[in-house]
Amino acid sequence: MQSIKTAESQLRWTRKHLLSLEQLSADELRFILDTALSLKEVSTRSIKKVPALRGRVVVNAFFEDSTRTRVSFSLAAQRLSADIIDFSEKTSSTNKGETLIDTARNIEAMGIDILVVRHGAAGAADILSRAMQCSIVNAGDGAHEHPTQALLDALTIRERKGRIDGLSVAVIGDILHSRVARSNIYLLTKLGATVRVAGPGTLVPAEFAELVEQGLRIERSVEDAVAGADVVMILRIQRERQDAAFFPSMREYAVHYGLHPEHLKRAAPDAIVMHPGPINRGIEISSEIADGSSSLILDQVTTGVAVRMAVLYLLAGGSRDGFTEEQNGRAKKEKRERKGNKG
Amino acid sequence: MKLLIANGYVIDPSQNVNAGRNLLVEDGRVVSLLDRGQPAPKDAEMLDATGLIVAPGFIDMHAHLREPGQEYKETIATGTAAAVAGGWTSVCAMPNTDPINDSPAVTRFIIEQGERADLANVFPIGSITKGGEGRELAEMGEMKLAGIVAVSDDGRPVPSAGMMRRAMEYARGFDLTVVDHCEDRSLVAGGVMHEARWSLILGLRGMPAVAEEIDAVRDCALAKLTGARVHLAHVSTRGALDAVRRAKEIGLPVTCEVAPHHWTLTDEAVAEYDTNTKMDPPLRSPDHVGAIIEGLRDGTIDAIATDHAPHHADEKALEFDQAPFGITGLETAVGLAFDLVKQGVIDLERLVELCSIHPARIFQLKDRGTLRQNAWADITILDPAFRWTFEASRSKSKSRNSPFDGRTMTGAAVATIVAGRVVYLHPDFARITEARQNAASMK
Repeated sequence: MQSIKTAESQLRWTRKHLLSLEQLSADELRFILDTALSLKEVSTRSIKKVPALRGRVVVNAFFEDSTRTRVSFSLAAQRLSADIIDFSEKTSSTNKGETLIDTARNIEAMGIDILVVRHGAAGAADILSRAMQCSIVNAGDGAHEHPTQALLDALTIRERKGRIDGLSVAVIGDILHSRVARSNIYLLTKLGATVRVAGPGTLVPAEFAELVEQGLRIERSVEDAVAGADVVMILRIQRERQDAAFFPSMREYAVHYGLHPEHLKRAAPDAIVMHPGPINRGIEISSEIADGSSSLILDQVTTGVAVRMAVLYLLAGGSRDGFTEEQNGRAKKEKRERKGNKG
Repeated sequence: MKLLIANGYVIDPSQNVNAGRNLLVEDGRVVSLLDRGQPAPKDAEMLDATGLIVAPGFIDMHAHLREPGQEYKETIATGTAAAVAGGWTSVCAMPNTDPINDSPAVTRFIIEQGERADLANVFPIGSITKGGEGRELAEMGEMKLAGIVAVSDDGRPVPSAGMMRRAMEYARGFDLTVVDHCEDRSLVAGGVMHEARWSLILGLRGMPAVAEEIDAVRDCALAKLTGARVHLAHVSTRGALDAVRRAKEIGLPVTCEVAPHHWTLTDEAVAEYDTNTKMDPPLRSPDHVGAIIEGLRDGTIDAIATDHAPHHADEKALEFDQAPFGITGLETAVGLAFDLVKQGVIDLERLVELCSIHPARIFQLKDRGTLRQNAWADITILDPAFRWTFEASRSKSKSRNSPFDGRTMTGAAVATIVAGRVVYLHPDFARITEARQNAASMK
């Protein structure tokens, strides 16, 4: 039986929460990615499960619509043998008279270890991290951050390109409202990539260039942003976050800011295309690209499970090698023995 | 009843006094400023102010006392208790209560509640428009008779320039100052903090500085057109200050106030999504804070006002987007103003002008903002060296929503006198004066 390789970094993980990537160091980011890479192999086994988080309880608290992130966290928790419970509350709890903090404390009172939170208000995860005892994972808070999405994007890039340092990454679309863009900008620039963003002037404020000290540039057009790019990252047009009109029509957006095959000709020869999903075909991305050979959209989803396993695993304080198959086997054996003793 | 405030150092720029004087008051009025050696009536009670500064009573031009209608946040009794503990002898109450103060009945109720509490003077401000809705003029004349000192639609700025013009023209007939909260709502559109780098980092919707600047420029132009006295509330941006500066240069009757949090904190304070850093106008970026400091230094800013805006803890324990705007300020303003003195931005005379002389002039409060003979004996006694820590949990206000909880400050109001009566004495006052006396006798 072959043991999986563990991450090589000497870093010791000490954080209790994962709230944003802005506050993580390059070493910490690499450490999560390395851990995720080790865990990715678990999903390829016939029995896709390790006992690392056995007996731990993870709750998905989703106050905003999501399919893939919720399912991805659930699968990740299950593969680590944690108990996972889904809690969805689409309407704002304050409408029902209960505050976010009260709702979360009620869930916590049932005895949980990790709360995965998706919420429409920026800072929701931060607020909960100060109000509660358990670990908090930010699964997207308003327009603030979506840390695990950026981590899975980075791992996808690293697996395909072999590195992140020195790459040129174009990010196209609604930067203003995008938590995915923010998390990706922090992560990619910390790991040495250059990020070039483009989109309608209403959705790409000039101040964005000041978000990080270096490595970020605002381009005037999609053509300029993708020129020579190794990675092209397309953002979803978030209609639900736009209560004012930021551009005249979807038609015009598709023509001027959608990604078309001609754009890719200007990118690096082996450029890859990514999208956090769900995609609006024919608007921000043409189907030809979404389904084409350069598209890694489905790989991103696959990688997402491993990244979330790594995050849950590290926050739960699991030991470095608690997820090897050897230990898996040993645990089973012990379990059998315990049963035997009882009998 | 006679009271002698002895051995203090009187700073009253309204009559160019800046010297050691004994202050004699009787029956609620100032009798005279006596030289140190001059004999005082034997039957006067004495308050020893050795080593302390005696100033004309501080007047807060801008506070939300929440009564009537939101007594769970604050009442006029608790609000004025906080006011006198913070050194304010008078409080001007903004009209956005429930119901709005747009009628003489509400005005009279506020005044009566102030009298009942019997702490600070309460001067109601009437609304500009009925219900504060920005559509029809409120009964300014009737409210003036009932006792309002100014008009304002604070919190819900008058949206149309046409309406504002009419309001200024009408208010001029009653010699009422029009106080505007400058904010173009179409630019703010759902914003919750200053729009700049930090709003982008935090993913919070921004309130651009130009929203304030545009309305400030509009109001200055309308002041020129109508000749009305216009006062811009809680100015927080470089652009609005520039507009006021230009208006003053050409002699327009435009004045403005600033709130302590706008020179003390920057938008970076929002970084942890603490809802006690959410207020309107929002905490601004360092460039704007620098402009506020400049405006305090060069005289563009006329007054310091608290914008005391109490909210219940439950209302603030929400997501940043959903929590209401506003922080308390009555008990922290003077301490934060002493920071300006310490930093050399203003001197003590200017501090007294900003907190007392100018507010009285702008709202034409007769016989206040001065210690001249026969003025109301409203007096604030200050200790510039007193080190203290603000604890929100011990606030006299009903609410606790302050970003300054736990902050240590140097300088405080240690006694507050309204109409010749000591309505607040710092719990350590005796100890403070004793130490001062010892220090004085050793010299």
